[in-house]
Amino acid sequence: MATALTQEQKITHFLNRASFGATREETEKVARIGIPAYLEEQLYPERIPDAPVEEKLKGLKTVHLSSKDLFELYPPPNQAKARGLTVSSLMQGPRYVILELQQARLLRAVYSQRQLYEMVVDFWTNHFNVFAAKGADRWLVTSYDRDTIRPHALGRFRELLLATAQSPAMLFYLDNWLSVSPEASARPATTNGQPPARRGINENYARELLELHTLGVDGGYVQKDVEEVARCFTGWTIRRPRGDAEFRFEPRLHDRGEKTVLGTRIPAGGGMEDGIKVIDLVARHPSTARFLATKLVRRFVADDPPPPLVMQAAEVFRQSDGDIKAVVRAIVTAPDFYAPQAFAAKVKKPLEFVASALRTVAADTDAAPPLLRYLARMGEPLFLAQPPTGYPDIGPSWISPDTLLTRMNFAVDLASNRIPGTRAGREVDPLVLAGPEFQRR
Amino acid sequence: MAFPRRLFLKNAGLALLALGLPPSFVVRAAEGKKSNRGKILVVVFQRGGMDGLNAVIPFKEPAYYSLRPSIAISEPASGDERAVDLDGFYALHPALAQLKGLFERRRLAIIHATGSPDNTRSHFDAQDYMELGTPGVKNTPDGWLSRCLTKNGDAAAPFRAVALTARLPRILAGSARALTMTSVEEFRFRNESFATTLQKLYATSGDPLMQGGAKSLFEGMAVLKKIADSIPSATESYPAGRFGGSLREISRLIKADIGLEIAFTEIEGWDTHANQGGPSGQMANRLKELAEGLSAFYGDLGDRMEDVVLITLSEFGRTARENGNRGTDHGHANVMFVLGGSVKGGKVYGRWPGLEPEVLYEGRDLNLTTDFRAVCGEILSRHMGQKDLDRVFPGYKLPARPLGIVA
Repeated sequence: MATALTQEQKITHFLNRASFGATREETEKVARIGIPAYLEEQLYPERIPDAPVEEKLKGLKTVHLSSKDLFELYPPPNQAKARGLTVSSLMQGPRYVILELQQARLLRAVYSQRQLYEMVVDFWTNHFNVFAAKGADRWLVTSYDRDTIRPHALGRFRELLLATAQSPAMLFYLDNWLSVSPEASARPATTNGQPPARRGINENYARELLELHTLGVDGGYVQKDVEEVARCFTGWTIRRPRGDAEFRFEPRLHDRGEKTVLGTRIPAGGGMEDGIKVIDLVARHPSTARFLATKLVRRFVADDPPPPLVMQAAEVFRQSDGDIKAVVRAIVTAPDFYAPQAFAAKVKKPLEFVASALRTVAADTDAAPPLLRYLARMGEPLFLAQPPTGYPDIGPSWISPDTLLTRMNFAVDLASNRIPGTRAGREVDPLVLAGPEFQRR
Repeated sequence: MAFPRRLFLKNAGLALLALGLPPSFVVRAAEGKKSNRGKILVVVFQRGGMDGLNAVIPFKEPAYYSLRPSIAISEPASGDERAVDLDGFYALHPALAQLKGLFERRRLAIIHATGSPDNTRSHFDAQDYMELGTPGVKNTPDGWLSRCLTKNGDAAAPFRAVALTARLPRILAGSARALTMTSVEEFRFRNESFATTLQKLYATSGDPLMQGGAKSLFEGMAVLKKIADSIPSATESYPAGRFGGSLREISRLIKADIGLEIAFTEIEGWDTHANQGGPSGQMANRLKELAEGLSAFYGDLGDRMEDVVLITLSEFGRTARENGNRGTDHGHANVMFVLGGSVKGGKVYGRWPGLEPEVLYEGRDLNLTTDFRAVCGEILSRHMGQKDLDRVFPGYKLPARPLGIVA
C-alpha cells in the first residue's frame, strides 16, 4: 500500500526535515544539484554566505554584546532606578535582551541560508535547555546561544557538552555554580568580610547531566551516581554571574575526596579534572550514543524512532567519537528517512510552523513582539521553557484545540497582512496555511 | 429540566408531610437532585516538585529543625514570620495563611506524606507517572483524568474536560475529548468566514490527531457562541498571572453550566534547588500565589463549591535535609491539598512517618504513607460517582479502609 516516494516527494521531504520549510527557490536548487550535493553544502554552514540574514540581525542591538555589556546596558529594574534611568522598562530592561534573542532565532529560521544548521542549533538549544528568564540567565543566554551552542552544533558532542558544562548560563540555570564541597564550610570568612555561606553539594546539574544531557533516564545510573557526579563538579562556578560572567574553577570549593561514577573510580586529590573526567565518561558512554541517536532520529524522522535507524545512528556516533555532522548525515541519508510512512509524519512545532508559513508567503518581517506572541500562545515561547527537559518533540504535545485555534488565527492574520511588522510578499490562500496538511512536515 | 423536577419533589414532599410521613426521605431526595447538578473535579498541578515539608510544617518534629537550619519555618506564635498552627503538630507556611480559614471551616483537607510510590527523582518521569496514574509504568497510553471520563457521562459534550493550558497535559491525553483554552474571550476565530471551510478540511483530513483536535475546537466554539453573553465574569479578584487567570476562567465555566466535569490547570516554579527562602522568598511567593488563587476560587464559586472538589498534585517532594545552597533537591513524599464543599476538611490526613534518619526514604527524603491514587480514587468514587476505578488506576487497589476525605 505504501509506495516509495517519487523524486519530487523526496526533495520536499528532505527540505521539510532539513530546513524550516521548503521554499520554491530551495526546491528548484535541490532539483538542480541533487539532494546529496545540497546536503554536503548544508553540513558546512561556515562556507555558506549568509549576508541577507546578517543584515537583518544588524538591526538588533543586543545579540552581539557580551554578558557584561548586557548587564550594564540593560540592568535589572531596581538598579536602573538607582542609576536614575527613567526609560521604559521594556526597552531598557533585561526583558528586552530576551526579546531580541527570540527575534534573532526566528529571523534566522526564516532567512538563513544555513537552514540545516539552524535546525540543529534549535535541537541543541532544546536539548541543553536554559530558561532565559531565571535570574542572571536573562543576561547570559545571549552568549550561551552565540558562544556555546552555535560553535559546536555540528561539531563534536564532547566539546559541546563541555562547553555547556562550563557556560555561565548552564552553571546558573542548574545551580552548579553554588555547589561546593561540604568541607568548605569549615573555612574562615571571605576576605570581603561576608560571613561564610553554608556549604554543600547541589545535585541539580549532576542529575540533569545524566538524565537529560547524556545517558537518558534509563541509561543505567543510580542516585549514588548523581551524588558522586555532583561532588566531581564542586567548584565549577561563575566569576560574577551578574556582570563579567565567566567560568571559573575554584579549588577551595572542590571536594577532593575519592569518587566513583558509573563504576569508574576517580581518585582522591583531583581538581577541575574530576569534572572533565565525568564529561569524558558520559560523552562516550554507550547509553549516551543511544539516547542522542533516539532524540535526533525523533527530530529528523518520526515521533516513534525506527529502532534499526537508531542503532545505526548510535553506531555512527560511537565510531566517529560523537561527530554530530556524521550522525546527522547518517540519519538523513538512510533509507528509513525516505520511508513512505515518514513522509509528512512529523507535526511542525510552533517555531517550524510559523517559520515555514513566513517562508511560504515570502514574508518581509522584523519578528517583533506581535509575531512572537503567536509562538507563545502555540506553546513555544523561545528560550522560555522553564523545566530542564525543554520542549517535547512529539506531535500530540503540540496539537490541542487551543493551539489549533491559534495556528488558524495566525495563518489568517498572516495571509491578510494583519500582523504589524510583517508583510506577505506572495499571495497565499489562508486556508492552505491554516489547513491540516500544512501542520505537518 | 432541573427546576421543574425539584419543584415536583418539593411538592411531593409537602404531600407526604400532609400524610404524616417523616420528612427525612423527602429532604434527602431533594438534596439528591441538587447534588446531581454536575459534580466537578479541578486538578491543579504544581510543576517542579513542591517542598511539602515547608508548605505544611511538622513543627513538633524536632528533626525538621535540625535538618533545615537555614530554611525552616519557626513554630507557630504571633507574627508574620511564623508558621500558622493547624492542629498542634502541623502548621501552614505563613504565605499560606489565607488557607487557614478554609481549614477551620472544614472545607480544606490536607494529606501529608503522600505522592507517587515510584522512586524516580526525574521531573519528567515523575510527572508522567502521576499524570498517567501508573507509577513505574511509562507506556500507559492515556492519562487518568481521560480514563475517568471515558466511563462517565455524555461523551459528546465538548466542555466535559477543559485544560486551561495551551498544550494538552498528559493527564488528559486519551480517547475522551478534552478542550484546551486560555480564556473564554480568546477562544474565538479571527475571521469567522473561514470557519466552515476549515471545519470541513479538518474533518475530512484523514489525520486522526488533527481531526480530533479540530472536532473539539469547533464543537466547543459552537457551544460557547450560544451562551457567550451569559457567561458571568469573576466576582473575586484573583492573583495576577497565568495561574490566577486560569482559576478565574474555570470558575466562569463552572458557573456557566455547560457540562464541565473535569478542569485542569498548572502552576510552575517549585523546583527550588537554591535560595528557596523561608517565611519569605522564592517559594513563599509561589505559595502566596497558590493560596490567593485557591481562596479567590473558593470565594468566587460560593454555594457552587458544594459540587466542586479541587485537588493539588506535585510530582515529588524535596529532600528532608536542606542542601548547600539554602535549597532542597528532588525528594519523595509530599503534601496534597483538597478543597471543596463536600470535603471533610479541618484535618491533616495520612500517617506521619517521621524524619529521623532511619525512617527517611532512601536515607534522605520524607517517606510515603499515602499513595496519591488513594486520595484521587476516593474522590473519584465518592464525589464523581466513578465506579470503575480499576480502569482509572490499573493495577492499583484502593486501601480497604477509606481515608474519609470526602463525605
